[in-house]
Amino acid sequence: MNWNILLFQVFPYVALALLIIVSFQRMRGKPFSVSSLSSQLLERKLLYFGSVPFHWGLLIILLGHLAALLVPQGLLLWNAVPMRLYLLEITGLALALWTLGGLLVLLYRRLSNRRILAVTRPTDVIVLLLLLVSILTGILTAVMYRYGSFWFPSVFTPYLWSIFTLRPRPELVADLPFWIQLHVFNFWVLLAVFPFTRLIHILTVPLGYLWRPWQLVIWVRKPRRLQPIPPVAPPYPTSAKPQAALQDKGGAYGSD
Amino acid sequence: MNVRAHISMTFHLDKCIGCHTCSVACKNLWTDRKGTEYMWWNNVETRPGTGYPTGWEDQERFKGGWEKKNGQLELRLHSRARGLTNLFYNPALPELDDYYEPFTFDYQNLFSAPEGDDQPVARPVSMITGEPMNLEAGPNWDDDLGGSNLYAQNDPNWVGVAPEIQAQMAEIERVAFNYLPRICNHCLNPACVAACPSGAIYKRAEDGVVLVNENKCKGWRMCVAACPYKKVYYNWATGKSEKCILCFPRLETGQAPACFHSCVGRIRYLGAILYDADRIATAANAETQELVQAQLDAILDPFDPQVIAAARANGLGEDWIKAAQASPVYKFVKVWKLALPLHPEYRTMAMLFYIPPLSPIVSSIEEGLVRLELPPEKVDFELFNHLEKARLPLEYLANLFAAGNVEVIKPILRKLLAVRIYKRRQSVEGSIDPATLKIVEAAGTTPEEIEAIYQLTTKPTLQERFVVPPYHREMATEVWNDPLAHKGETGVGFIELPVRGD
Repeated sequence: MNWNILLFQVFPYVALALLIIVSFQRMRGKPFSVSSLSSQLLERKLLYFGSVPFHWGLLIILLGHLAALLVPQGLLLWNAVPMRLYLLEITGLALALWTLGGLLVLLYRRLSNRRILAVTRPTDVIVLLLLLVSILTGILTAVMYRYGSFWFPSVFTPYLWSIFTLRPRPELVADLPFWIQLHVFNFWVLLAVFPFTRLIHILTVPLGYLWRPWQLVIWVRKPRRLQPIPPVAPPYPTSAKPQAALQDKGGAYGSD
Repeated sequence: MNVRAHISMTFHLDKCIGCHTCSVACKNLWTDRKGTEYMWWNNVETRPGTGYPTGWEDQERFKGGWEKKNGQLELRLHSRARGLTNLFYNPALPELDDYYEPFTFDYQNLFSAPEGDDQPVARPVSMITGEPMNLEAGPNWDDDLGGSNLYAQNDPNWVGVAPEIQAQMAEIERVAFNYLPRICNHCLNPACVAACPSGAIYKRAEDGVVLVNENKCKGWRMCVAACPYKKVYYNWATGKSEKCILCFPRLETGQAPACFHSCVGRIRYLGAILYDADRIATAANAETQELVQAQLDAILDPFDPQVIAAARANGLGEDWIKAAQASPVYKFVKVWKLALPLHPEYRTMAMLFYIPPLSPIVSSIEEGLVRLELPPEKVDFELFNHLEKARLPLEYLANLFAAGNVEVIKPILRKLLAVRIYKRRQSVEGSIDPATLKIVEAAGTTPEEIEAIYQLTTKPTLQERFVVPPYHREMATEVWNDPLAHKGETGVGFIELPVRGD
């Protein structure tokens, strides 16, 4: 086994296994631990300048990657006209810089604000650093190895599909430059740590809010109440004093 | 008719002495955990004042409750789509400093300080960072500061009150204030439920208690902003929202909630009422001036055979119907029409009703002596006819309890005064004179009703104040844990230590 197979074939499957199994287990078994862990109550000004660009920028860029994975032909067709290629690349780069700015604000806020430090766990910083690596290597790739959106469909789309369809071809990324390899490997690391960190809140995006009824009224007891109660033989001899027996067992809560 | 039962509440503000026993009972029972130090599920505010969190009634800023837009009822906070786009930053969310930074004191220093020339002191330390801090706010920070230019004058409820009356309220000799104890209103049309993107907040159909499912809550904190009363709090340690649970583990074992049970002034009443769930939508959407009446109309007469039949059809047991008939809340709210919801204009249909406070008449100072503007023997009668001379301006009370409609407040104060005048004549002079009877009639009441109001106001028994219907725990789908087991945990029936994140 060489490094290529270890990092880009074995590790991705470890990461995916962790992602699926541990996420499922945590969402089912420890739902209380799943939260966005918002710290807006403790500090709001820097959060605005950090969280908004960070989240929106990352979201749009990820959707771009997803589009390249799902409809590579469409991307190639779009890029057939140079003007459109430049537009796409410039937009992507601008979004990446916007996201980077937000991330740096968040990192600064997390490490400088005393209140935020009080609720910071090591994994919170690790997640931010991993994302920083992702964004920096992404920007380096976009700048140094132009044009990413041009070669992504012929390199990464087959590679990612080979992983997802269980016919791994790690050799596709074997000869790529270091920064691009780091970008890819870091992605698998993020998937691996996903279920152990606050990243899991991505799974809880509440899209159902768009169509659920405004008010939620829950009958806590009705299901049981409507069931007929089977007759039970009295636990005491009927000739004895039933009232006294009931009072003995009623206790503080009565016998209702 | 869709009849449901609701455990509803009445607070008699005339009897509140502002002792905060309720707040402390609640704090000791539910919110003495990390992350909940600043939460006061029950708090007592001084009015006029800015309340807790500071200025919570300023809905231009905090965007709480509902508003009518083109005849439709909409959340003031957000539309559904906007709610999702605001997940990353909620512009209307209060900051911790709108409450206060929780603190304790470094008592250990009193013992461990090295010997020196000065007495050691216990410095305040933040309960978040653990570092020494300067106290700038705290619980009840504006306690009793009626008339203060910092708190009382910034009360948002001065709208429509004449400037000279406002100025009068700030004079030291004429200061008047009352206490306003507040818990979650367990609204019929709760904005917190509607605003929660995760759908984690729900209303129990059996008794109307509004609860946060701590497992479903993902910390999007929309409920905190959407609740116009600011009675949902965000636990900064666990990343989950928490709110008053009306002590449902106590209710289910036949006990009144801790704040009710501990009330020293015995101002609190609790009981079941029956309401028509089909009328919620129209009542919440009524014209502003008719909101109170529309809400009262949705509350049904538990003696009406039709209502009883509909209640039975909806699965309500005889014991609950009986409890609704014995409910002190029903008497105060519907029979005697003495109690009003706080800020009906928020359109959440609060199910906690307040009996507004009486206040003395305006006096002035002449040569250093307080001179009542009315002859003392006539004070009661005069006040009855000139409610505008009461120290707490009518408009102010109307802004609190009647969406600014003074005509809703007047008959209530009249009736309360009639009770006072009648009972005073009876106990001081031994007989009722025709003038008093005229007052009684003018207040739209009768000596019999006055006796009943007097009885339930001044000397009710525990069983008369709190009529808790049997909850039939034996039929619960979940068998709840020992109420004491909840202490130190998340407080809402979740048996796991509340640890932040994973």
